[in-house]
Amino acid sequence: MTGALLRIDNLSCRFGGLWANRDVSFEVEPGAIVGLIGPNGAGKSTLFSMVAGAQRPTSGRLEFDGRDVTGWAPHRAARAGVGRTFQLMRVFGSMTVRENLTTAAFGRHSRLRDARRRADEVAELAGLGPVLDSPAASLTAAWKKRLEMGRALATEPKLLLLDEVLSGLTPTEAREAVEIVRTINRGGVTILMVEHVMEVIMPLCHRVVVLHYGQKISEGTPEQVAHDPTVVEAYLGKAL
Amino acid sequence: MSAPTVLRRPSPARLSGPTGRRLPSWGTAALILAALAAYPLVFADSAAHNIGILALTFGIAATGWNLLGGYAGQVSFGHALYFGTGAYTTAALVRQGWSPWLAIALSLPLAALLAAAVGWPCFRLRHHYYSIATIAVAEIVFILVTNLPGLGQANGWELPVVEQSLANLQFSLLDKRPYYYVALGFFCLAALAVWLFLRGRAGNYVRAIRDDQEAAAAVGIDVHRYKLAAAALSGAVTALAGGYYVMYVLFVDPPSGLGLDLSVSFTLMAVLGGVGRFWGPLLGAWVLVFVQDVTRQEFSGSGRSVDLLLYGALIVLVSITEPGGLLAIGQRLWAPVARRLGGGRGGKAAPEPAGSAEVKP
Repeated sequence: MTGALLRIDNLSCRFGGLWANRDVSFEVEPGAIVGLIGPNGAGKSTLFSMVAGAQRPTSGRLEFDGRDVTGWAPHRAARAGVGRTFQLMRVFGSMTVRENLTTAAFGRHSRLRDARRRADEVAELAGLGPVLDSPAASLTAAWKKRLEMGRALATEPKLLLLDEVLSGLTPTEAREAVEIVRTINRGGVTILMVEHVMEVIMPLCHRVVVLHYGQKISEGTPEQVAHDPTVVEAYLGKAL
Repeated sequence: MSAPTVLRRPSPARLSGPTGRRLPSWGTAALILAALAAYPLVFADSAAHNIGILALTFGIAATGWNLLGGYAGQVSFGHALYFGTGAYTTAALVRQGWSPWLAIALSLPLAALLAAAVGWPCFRLRHHYYSIATIAVAEIVFILVTNLPGLGQANGWELPVVEQSLANLQFSLLDKRPYYYVALGFFCLAALAVWLFLRGRAGNYVRAIRDDQEAAAAVGIDVHRYKLAAAALSGAVTALAGGYYVMYVLFVDPPSGLGLDLSVSFTLMAVLGGVGRFWGPLLGAWVLVFVQDVTRQEFSGSGRSVDLLLYGALIVLVSITEPGGLLAIGQRLWAPVARRLGGGRGGKAAPEPAGSAEVKP
């Protein structure tokens, strides 16, 4: 595939003697929703951090939008068009929701008025209207996750990295969040999402990559992956 | 997409509006300015003028500190370095026969550069590690100036007494009102510079950095660069205070221009008045200068340590009751009064929008 938006090429990350990721390669085509799954400790978050620039790869190459972005600082990655959420929500607590969004929008709009307008658009899209003037620190976890998505979206990313934005939500909240993810994707934003919950990710993703012990063990459509014996083994263990 | 009816709406108490750290409106600023302008006319004696001059001067320094320490969250205990840069540069040039205005003006970019140069390595450190590094840098300069020849060493520098005029920034000591109004002018300049920095993108960015550095970087903020920018302006504003201070007392030596207790006092002023609040540092400076003056009169020579005891007590009181400082306490006390006066209309007299007291720190 030549038109990949994100190309991960033999990416490895080692912490001392532990390989959090080892020779991981896959591509994300523009417009797709790609899921990244795997058991606890499989290296999903590390891979995310590397793509977002928050973690330097030990070896390998990252290509985004036709450019080599390996080892870029996080703010450069964000400027290039990689938006991300944090698994443990990291909102700007002393600011209101609107200020959170405006701050993110300032990356593409240097004027306050334009940034505010972008913030309001995003608030509409992410359903943040009811809490727009609340201090972000006072939000419930569900709202904070939504704000995380909104804030990443306000940076006008080409690729959005969603780190477990659906887990920990009630089923109804999760359904709404899935709808928001779909809407964002329909707006032309490519999505790479880490998720634990298989039932949520399967109907949503066009393609799924499975990590286990830091390595890619499977890749394909949700159906293919779900029936892959290696994946079943990784999650449930070997048949007796 | 359907409305998020399922997600719990935050309770009204939580929806108590913006965080109370909004930048001041023109109305508030005009009100405070009017009060400051009237002060030397209401309190006519020279001692009160002296308090006002020092409060405004240290208020400038503390406002500068607050930009970096309060809004950007980088707590520096080395700001005496920039105060000293202003004081020593101004003293050196005025001793050479320069205009004090020009001397002060030249010290500002110098302090900004120095602050950026100090910040470059120190901002690699976080939280108290950063704070400790700032102490170390300032103390090194203190020791160098005390011991190296050429900067007056421990004896300090005296400035020549020249003809009294606005151009020379020297006025009669019998009527100190000119000193006061020049200080007020400089304070307005400093406040305006800080306000201009904070109101747009940069202000949002430094607050984001204070709240969460990783998240700030993830939305595209060059964290290092904005910390440096805040440090540079913060240093320049603090140097303005140092430059004017030396023109007022016509003397500078390492303890009065570069001492650690000076750095600590800037921090105390901001914390006491309301850290991360626009008018907090000025209020804190006013209170501390007043306390210092009273204790020096009451306890003469040993006044220095008594005022520190009182500072300590005040800080303990503030941190126990309201980490938002005296401004936040004032707002909390004012809120019911304003309500009784009729529908929050009276809240206009409060230095910042009421209602913020309900916001958790």
